[in-house]
Amino acid sequence: MNAEKNNTILLDHGAGGKASHALFSEMILPLFSNEYLAMGDDGAVYSVPAGKMAFSTDSYVVDPIFFNGGNIGDLAVNGTVNDIAMCGAIPLYISVGLIIEEGLPINDFQEIITSMATAADRAGVKIVTGDTKVVPRGKADKIFINTSGVGMIPEGVNVSGSRALPGDKIILSGTMADHGIAILTAREGLTFDGDLKTDSAPLNHMVKAMLSSGCEVHVLRDPTRGGVGTTLNEIASQSGVGMTLFEKDLPIKKQVNGVCELLGFDPLYIANEGKLLAIVPEKQASQVLDLIKADTFGKNAAIIGEVTDQRPGKVFLETAIGGQRLVDMLTGEQLPRIC
Amino acid sequence: MGLTYLEKFRDPSLAKQLVATIHKESRHPLRLMEVCGTHTMAIFRHGIRNLLPETITLLSGPGCPVCVTAQKDIDAFVAVSRQPDVIVTTFGDLMRVPGSGTTLAGQKGAGADVRMVYSVFDAVTIARQNPDKQVVFCAVGFETTIPTIAAAVLMAAKEKVTNFSIYGANKLTPPALAALMTTKGVSIDGFILPGHVSVITGVDAYRSVFETHKVPSVITGFEPIDILHAVLMLVRQNESCVPALENAYPRAVRDSGNPKAREVMHQVFTVGDAAWRGIGLIKNSGMELKPDFKAFDAGDRFELNLIDVAEPKGCACGEILMGLKTPVACALYKKVCTPMTPVGPCMVSSEGACAAYYNYG
Ligand code: SF4
Repeated sequence: MNAEKNNTILLDHGAGGKASHALFSEMILPLFSNEYLAMGDDGAVYSVPAGKMAFSTDSYVVDPIFFNGGNIGDLAVNGTVNDIAMCGAIPLYISVGLIIEEGLPINDFQEIITSMATAADRAGVKIVTGDTKVVPRGKADKIFINTSGVGMIPEGVNVSGSRALPGDKIILSGTMADHGIAILTAREGLTFDGDLKTDSAPLNHMVKAMLSSGCEVHVLRDPTRGGVGTTLNEIASQSGVGMTLFEKDLPIKKQVNGVCELLGFDPLYIANEGKLLAIVPEKQASQVLDLIKADTFGKNAAIIGEVTDQRPGKVFLETAIGGQRLVDMLTGEQLPRIC
Repeated sequence: MGLTYLEKFRDPSLAKQLVATIHKESRHPLRLMEVCGTHTMAIFRHGIRNLLPETITLLSGPGCPVCVTAQKDIDAFVAVSRQPDVIVTTFGDLMRVPGSGTTLAGQKGAGADVRMVYSVFDAVTIARQNPDKQVVFCAVGFETTIPTIAAAVLMAAKEKVTNFSIYGANKLTPPALAALMTTKGVSIDGFILPGHVSVITGVDAYRSVFETHKVPSVITGFEPIDILHAVLMLVRQNESCVPALENAYPRAVRDSGNPKAREVMHQVFTVGDAAWRGIGLIKNSGMELKPDFKAFDAGDRFELNLIDVAEPKGCACGEILMGLKTPVACALYKKVCTPMTPVGPCMVSSEGACAAYYNYG
C-alpha cells in the first residue's frame, strides 16, 4: 500500500479509488471486523427488537489528538457510547466518520483506529458503518471524527433531564475535571507533578447495572463540556427544581485540584469524559451508589448533593466552611488567573 | 490523619470558631475593602459573605489588574493587533475586555494573531520562534507580575530578541490606596491588603499610607481562615479604636518583602503616572520602561493614532473599584451587562467584582 511507503495519509486515500480501498480493507476492516461491516454495502443492515431506541451523534475535534490516557479515537467512541447510555439505553451500533488532513502520519492513524476498536470492544458495541475523507493540508487539523450510534431502551426505563424531584439525591460517579485538565496541560505544554490523565471511559456497563437492578433512576447525564456545574444547572431548569451541593463531598484528585487552583479554574466547570451524574430517589441512593462503585470506572463515586424545592432552576453549593454560593451556568470559557 | 499545612487554613471547625468570634465582637457597622481581586473571588467561592454578621459590609477594591486597565490602553492593544505582521500576546482575561470599539477576542475572530499566554516568557518564546513578526505583550499587572515582566525584558535584551516588545499598563498598589483615601465620598473602615502583592512589596510599602490616613489594615492570604482571621483583626482594631498595620500572612509576607524581585523591577522600570479605569490618572502609580529599555516599548514601535473616547455611559466600574457602589447598584448590572455581554471590565475578569456577584451571587 503506498500509504505505508509514504508513511502519511494522502489525498488519494479519500478519493474512493484504489488507495481508499486499500486503506479500508488493509487497515480499518481488520480492526473493526464484524459481520455488518464485512458485508461491504453502503450501509449496515441489522434487525432490532421491538421497543424504544436511542440515537445520538457527536463530533470530535480535540486538540491535541493524543493526550495522557487516551486519544481522539477512544474519546469519540466512548463519547457516543455514553450519550446513548445517558438516555437509559444499551448502546449497540456505532458509525464512524473520519475527516483526515492530508499528511497525517500513518502510524498516528493506525494508533487512533486501533484505540477506537479497543474502545468499541470494551463497551461491547459494533462499528457497523463508516466513511473516510481526506482534505488538503490546512483544511482540517490532523483528524476530526464523527461518531453516531443507536441503542435499545429496556422496557420500563424512563430517564430524562426533566425528571429530577425534590428529595432526590445527586450521585457523581467519580472525580471531576480529570479530562479537561489533562487536555489543558497537554495543549499548553504545562508540566506538573502527578498523573494528570483523561478519564475517558465507557459508562454503559455501569448504566446497565443500575437499570437492571430495578432501582428507579430519574436522571442520567454525563457532565462533559461545561462540567458538573453546567450540567446540573441544565437539569435544574429542565426539571424546575433547585439543587444543593456539598463541597466537602465533591470527589476530586488532589493533583487536579492543585492545577485548578494554580490556574484559577473552578473544577465544577471542567469537562469530564468518563463520569456520570445520576439523580435517584433518596431511599435507593445508597444502593445505586454501591452499584456504581462496583464498576471499574465508578470506584470514587459519591453522593454530592440533593434536589430541593427551593429556588427552582438554581444550583447552590454549601462550601466546606459552611458558607453558601451560587453555582451558575458557565459563561464563555474559563480563563486563567492573571495575578 | 492529621491536616496538611494548607488544609489547616480551610479547616471548617476553625472557620466556625472565627465566624462565631466575629459575630460576638462586631458591634459597629464596618465597611471593609478587600483590595485584591483574588480576595474578592475567594470570598465568593467560599461563601464568606453570608457567614459574616450584618454589621460587616465587604467592598471590592481596585486590585484586579484587568478591571483597572484604562479603556485607552485596551484601545491601544486592539490597535497594535491591527498592525501588519504582529502577534499580540496577553493573559486570558484581557481578551474579552471591551475597548471603545472592539475587544482583542473580536480582533482574533476577525483574523488578527492574538494569543493567550500563561506567562510573559511564553511571549518571548513566541518572538524567538517568529523572527519575521513583531511580538507584543500586553503588560497588565501589579507588583506580583511586574518583576516577571522585567525579567522577560532583561532576557530579551540579553538574547537580542529584538522583535519582542511590551505595551505597558502596569500599576502599583500603595499609591492607589492613597488616592482612594483622598477621594471625596470614599469611606472605608479597614483594608484587607493583598497577599501576593505584599510578598513582593513587604509590609513596609504600606507604612506611609497607613501613617497618613490611619485606616486599619491587615495583609492576609487567600484561604478562608486567612480571610476570616483578617476580618476579625479589623473588627478588633475598629472596636478598640486602635488602628494598626498588621500582617496576618507571615508565612509568605516579610516586612521588607522580596527586595531581589523589586530590584529586577526597578532595573527595567521607573515609576510614572498611570490612568486607572473609572478612577482617572493617579500620580506615581504606574511603571514605565527606563531609557535603557525603551527599545522594548511597543508604544514607540507603532504609530497608533489613538483618540480619547469616553468610557461607556452607565458603567459604574470606577465607583465600584472605590467602594462607592456595589455591582447591584449599577443600572446595567444583569440587565444589559452580563459575562456574555460585558460592558465594563469588572464583568469580564474572573476576579472582577461584577463577575463575582453575577457568578456566585
Ligand atoms: S455591571 Fe457592567 S456596566 Fe455595571 S459596573 Fe459592572 S461592569 Fe460596569
